[in-house]
Amino acid sequence: MSNEHKQPQRRMGHGPMGHGPMGRGAHEKAKDFKGTMRSLFAYMKPYYVKIMLAMSFAIIGTIFMIVGPKISGKATTALAEGFMAKVSGQGGIDFAYILQIIYFMLVLYTASALFSFVQHFTMSTVTQRTAYELRQRIAAKINRMPFSYFDTNSHGDILSRVSNDVDTLAQSLNQSLNTLITGTVNIIGFLVMMLSISWEMTLIAFVSVPLSLIMVLFIVKRSQTYFVQQQRFLGDVNGHIEEMYSAHTVMKAFNGEAESIAQFEEHNNALYRVGWKSQFLSGLMQPLTGFVGNIGYVCVCLLGGYLAAAGRITIGDIQAFIQYVRNFNQPITQMAQVMNLLQSTAAAAERVFEFLDEKEEIKESDQPIEIYDASGNCKLKGQVTFENVRFGYTSDKIIIHDFSMYIKAGQKIAIVGPTGAGKTTIVKLLMRFYELNSGAIYIDGIKTTDLRRSDLRSLFGMVLQDAWLFHGTIMENLRYGKLNASDEAVMQAADAAYVDHFIRTLEHGYDTEINEDSNNISQGQKQLLTIARAFLADPKILILDEATSSVDTRTEVLIQKGMNKLMENRTSFVIAHRLSTIRDADLILVMKDGDIVEAGSHEALMADNGFYTQLYNSQFEEV
Amino acid sequence: MLKLLVRCMKPFALSVCAVIALLFVQAQTELALPDYMSDIVNTGLQSSGITEGVPMVMRRESYDKYLLFASEEEQALLESSYEVLSQQEASAEQIADYPLLTKSDLYRLKDVEASTYEQLEAWMPQVGLMVMSLDAVQMQPTLPATVQNDALVQLLEQLPEGMNLYEFLALLPASTRLDMRAQLETQLQSMGASTMDTAASTYVKAEYESIGMDTDAMQNEYILLSGLKMLGMSLLSVGCAVLVGLLASRIAAGVGKQLRGDVFKKVESFSSAEFNRFSTASLITRNINDIQQVQLVIVMLIRIVIYAPIIGVGALLKVLNSGADMTWIIALVLVVILGLIMTIFMVAMPKFKIAQKLVDRLNLVMREFLDGMSVIRAFNTQRHEEEKFDQANRDITKTNLFINRTMGAMMPIMMLVMNSVALLIIWVGGHQIDAGTMQIGDIMAFIQYTMQIIMAFLMISMVAIMLPRAAVSGERVAEVLDCELSIQDPDQPHSFDSAKRGEIEFRHVSFRYPGAQEDVLHDLNFTIQPGATTAFIGSTGSGKSTLINLVPRFYDASEGAVFVDGVDVRKVKQSELRDKIGYVPQKGVLFSGTIASNLRYAKADADETQMRQACDIAQASEFIEAKEDRFDTAIAQGGTNVSGGQKQRLSIARAVIKQPEIYIFDDSFSALDFKTDARLRKELNDLIKETKATVLLVAQRISSIMHAETIVVLDQGNVVGIGTHDELMKQCEVYREIAYSQLTKEELSHE
Repeated sequence: MSNEHKQPQRRMGHGPMGHGPMGRGAHEKAKDFKGTMRSLFAYMKPYYVKIMLAMSFAIIGTIFMIVGPKISGKATTALAEGFMAKVSGQGGIDFAYILQIIYFMLVLYTASALFSFVQHFTMSTVTQRTAYELRQRIAAKINRMPFSYFDTNSHGDILSRVSNDVDTLAQSLNQSLNTLITGTVNIIGFLVMMLSISWEMTLIAFVSVPLSLIMVLFIVKRSQTYFVQQQRFLGDVNGHIEEMYSAHTVMKAFNGEAESIAQFEEHNNALYRVGWKSQFLSGLMQPLTGFVGNIGYVCVCLLGGYLAAAGRITIGDIQAFIQYVRNFNQPITQMAQVMNLLQSTAAAAERVFEFLDEKEEIKESDQPIEIYDASGNCKLKGQVTFENVRFGYTSDKIIIHDFSMYIKAGQKIAIVGPTGAGKTTIVKLLMRFYELNSGAIYIDGIKTTDLRRSDLRSLFGMVLQDAWLFHGTIMENLRYGKLNASDEAVMQAADAAYVDHFIRTLEHGYDTEINEDSNNISQGQKQLLTIARAFLADPKILILDEATSSVDTRTEVLIQKGMNKLMENRTSFVIAHRLSTIRDADLILVMKDGDIVEAGSHEALMADNGFYTQLYNSQFEEV
Repeated sequence: MLKLLVRCMKPFALSVCAVIALLFVQAQTELALPDYMSDIVNTGLQSSGITEGVPMVMRRESYDKYLLFASEEEQALLESSYEVLSQQEASAEQIADYPLLTKSDLYRLKDVEASTYEQLEAWMPQVGLMVMSLDAVQMQPTLPATVQNDALVQLLEQLPEGMNLYEFLALLPASTRLDMRAQLETQLQSMGASTMDTAASTYVKAEYESIGMDTDAMQNEYILLSGLKMLGMSLLSVGCAVLVGLLASRIAAGVGKQLRGDVFKKVESFSSAEFNRFSTASLITRNINDIQQVQLVIVMLIRIVIYAPIIGVGALLKVLNSGADMTWIIALVLVVILGLIMTIFMVAMPKFKIAQKLVDRLNLVMREFLDGMSVIRAFNTQRHEEEKFDQANRDITKTNLFINRTMGAMMPIMMLVMNSVALLIIWVGGHQIDAGTMQIGDIMAFIQYTMQIIMAFLMISMVAIMLPRAAVSGERVAEVLDCELSIQDPDQPHSFDSAKRGEIEFRHVSFRYPGAQEDVLHDLNFTIQPGATTAFIGSTGSGKSTLINLVPRFYDASEGAVFVDGVDVRKVKQSELRDKIGYVPQKGVLFSGTIASNLRYAKADADETQMRQACDIAQASEFIEAKEDRFDTAIAQGGTNVSGGQKQRLSIARAVIKQPEIYIFDDSFSALDFKTDARLRKELNDLIKETKATVLLVAQRISSIMHAETIVVLDQGNVVGIGTHDELMKQCEVYREIAYSQLTKEELSHE
């Protein structure tokens, strides 16, 4: 991952805000520039025709532009000759000829503008379509990624790939491709034109090119050192800001203002010291290359005067040549900038491709077993068997060693244990969010890997600790459980979850919008909505993962009521912190350090006087 | 935005003035460059570097021709100004300069005074031109179109066959010759001054050539000289640009530094009310990204927005001063360019704003997509989500495409306008040349000036694209800086009643969040005695967290007052108040550094024994000992390398090490399992008894608080019960409800 990604503001996923003056630049380098560029161009294959079209238009448009000064030089020559003829009293300016040239040039320039426009038009289409497709692919890719990927990669990072990286890619690609094409054509074209006028003058003009190249290289090298430093200090400043703002109350409570400000000043001063230098150096490029260009210009004039005196070239030629010389440095500097730009293109592309190339979920079974009959009814009852299940999030750290269990359809299973014991892991495995290292899980005797993932997951309903709602109406959020459900069905489900009344008391009822942060309704209500959603989905197997732990205890009563109703006639897995809520479970699995250490009913476990009893009693320990 | 700019640029006023002055110089030099170029082309290339109409050296026959057409006065002037270089006395050096000297005498201009030279310049070029025409007539006896002259026609008719024209002219009376000259002069006037100058210098050049002088060398010398002058100018210009760059980067970086510092200091003085108003994420963005935007705009302002009008106006003045009657072209260019820029802006600007919104929308959809992944997979709604994303993706692509295409059209159109203007100038200028009011070099300079004006406008329009976004950023920064602090230290701080230690009193306290409809706390009245644990319980939204936040003055009561050790908290210094308090937040908050540095955050001079004791109480010793570096174990930013429970325990240890009068636990045990929770509470209790500290404790679990000395039950901002667990179980309905929801009857009577 590049430096930029280690920067806090990217991690936070602020969207495309981070493009400050210091935000990007030469430091952003791809690990494998060539390889990435190759795959990027391979990726753009469908657009080759369009790119070729744009390229040829760019070439034609640029050639027209290049020829321009030479032809307008003819007009100048005609003016000069006519003028001299007039001075010496022999004739005058041939305006008819000049007008002819002007008309011709006008056509040329208009055509060039048109070509250039078509080129831009095509290239923006190509790059924007590419950006669109990349985003689309990332979105689709996310759905095919195993959960394990998201355990180790932050959402902010993925978000940043979708918005920042794809945007950078599209923008820099558009710019660099255009500049690359026109720049190359310009350099070659200028060279040809200059040679066609006079090789001696061309040679002289070229004396200035290596000079400006050396200058550019020198500056780039120097400024890069400062740039890297600047990035580092910027990271310090940003890190400090983030840290102190996130810990504001604690900082206040411990009177840490003065220390925090002192530390900030230190970072801020360091940033300033290298910041202005880096900015200054990068700003030096243009005036300095301009000056070198002027040296070349004077040399050309001197030689031109000599050649003109010798009658070998005309004034118009000199004028045209001067224009070429003055413009020659431009594409060179531009190309130097494009090289930097391509670096950030590659860096962005690399991150995007890296993500797209990540390992996906294991392929579905070739001949999946159908669990729905012709009329769409589920053939399964909800009997679950774990057989010698062995699993670890990473293969070197096995969490569940050897877990076997037979669960009858309709039973209520509770999973208890201290934090980090692996309670949630069991249900994640059940839904095949992760693949087993060995062993198997069966539902009604069918191996879960023999089912389609979508079929398997359609058997489950989930209510999790963090109620997940999205920006949309309550109706839309509830319907999420079953996308084709009627309004009546949704309301019935809400009623079953004891939330219908609450919804109706809201100003807009079922059409109430849940806001972006979904904080315009309380945690408890949110939880009730997710229960209603599970009702609507009408699953065979229910998973309740700490569904009430972030809710206050009075709302919990209501939620508990809703959940109990939901659990009727379904196999259900309940993960709970509070042991009181699961005393009536048919089977309690007590987990510790990834293993099931005890299993049985509450009474049986209490009678055993083992870990469960210890756990249970710790709730009421005398203080 | 403007106010902010003025405010933050103030310390740099001097630098800004220097920059403006330098930019003026730079603009002047940039504008002078085309002049030198035009000199090189006009004089250097076209007139071979010879500017004078008065020859420095001439042959006797030429000298005689001048005499022929001179008045008596002028003859005297000529004779006194020129000296004879005689063939016999010629030095080697002179011969090298004037090779003809080997064959005949030459006349050389003496080192005359400027006034004398001006007198010579007043008539000699015209005569030179006359002579040139006559020479042409001499060669071929047909009259050129330009010298249609009655006197000359007569003269030619009278010219005897085979006789030299000048010999014949010499025979005529002086007055006739002067008449001829006068007639010719009026005619020459119509050629225009610039044509005449060029023509006169052509005559002089011809004269030099016949003397055998090296005119090529003279030309090269001229070009070199002008070139050097140009390079000098260019160097001056570069010097200015570099200095401006230096000052500009210092100003921009300085403003950025200062703003960043100001915002940071301001935010550090914020209370929780301001934090809620802005949100933490937004404050971070404002302090980092928005200030970067402002900084960028300052660089732009200095380098482009100030420079563009200076050079634009300068170029305009040059054009006006050039005397060429082409001002209307400039006006035309301005109208066309401005029209174009305005049109493009009107079309593209609204789309820019829309695009920003669409990007936010895309990010929102993606964020929901990621956050809800397990739900999405469980409900098999991936397709649905992809469609939702596709819609957002399509929208943004469409808008971006439109913007890119519009902006893509801008450059070719601008280029077309620039090129067309150049052609127009050539055409109109050609006619001016024909009329003799302009020279070719002038046209080239004119084109350059026009380009500079157009570029100035283009630059400003480029900046204008960035301006709206920067303005928004500026406003957001200003908002923070202008935000009035809701909590400030009193002007004359009181001190605490030293007789009291850890006594807290709520006197008719009501609290309402800014902008809220309803009070969160209603008229609270109670006193908390030192040396005991007071617990607060109630459902979410009952106001228990808000209540304890009033004690360290994270918020101020809307009505009534909170007293600590007998003094209203608003009457003491915040730092003194907080020195008394050990605060433990709901989510463990750690700073980057080490475990030790985090513990010492509360007490800078804490030694290892103290740290170990605190960690023992907080149940943190076990996991610290398990770490290789123990107290020196590094803590990542946000404490991401320790678990939630560990963070909470370290937060507790941090409060303990401070040995405060008052402990505040804001639901601080939630991430601990029951066993740890129980053990920790036991240890804490011992400590409190020992140090006679006051403990305020908010909890969700009834088991965590049922043994507290006093339990305060809150319901919708009201105190509905105060007492011990047993008392409340008997008297308080709300408490009973909470208790029964968590524990079975059997468990409640477990003791």
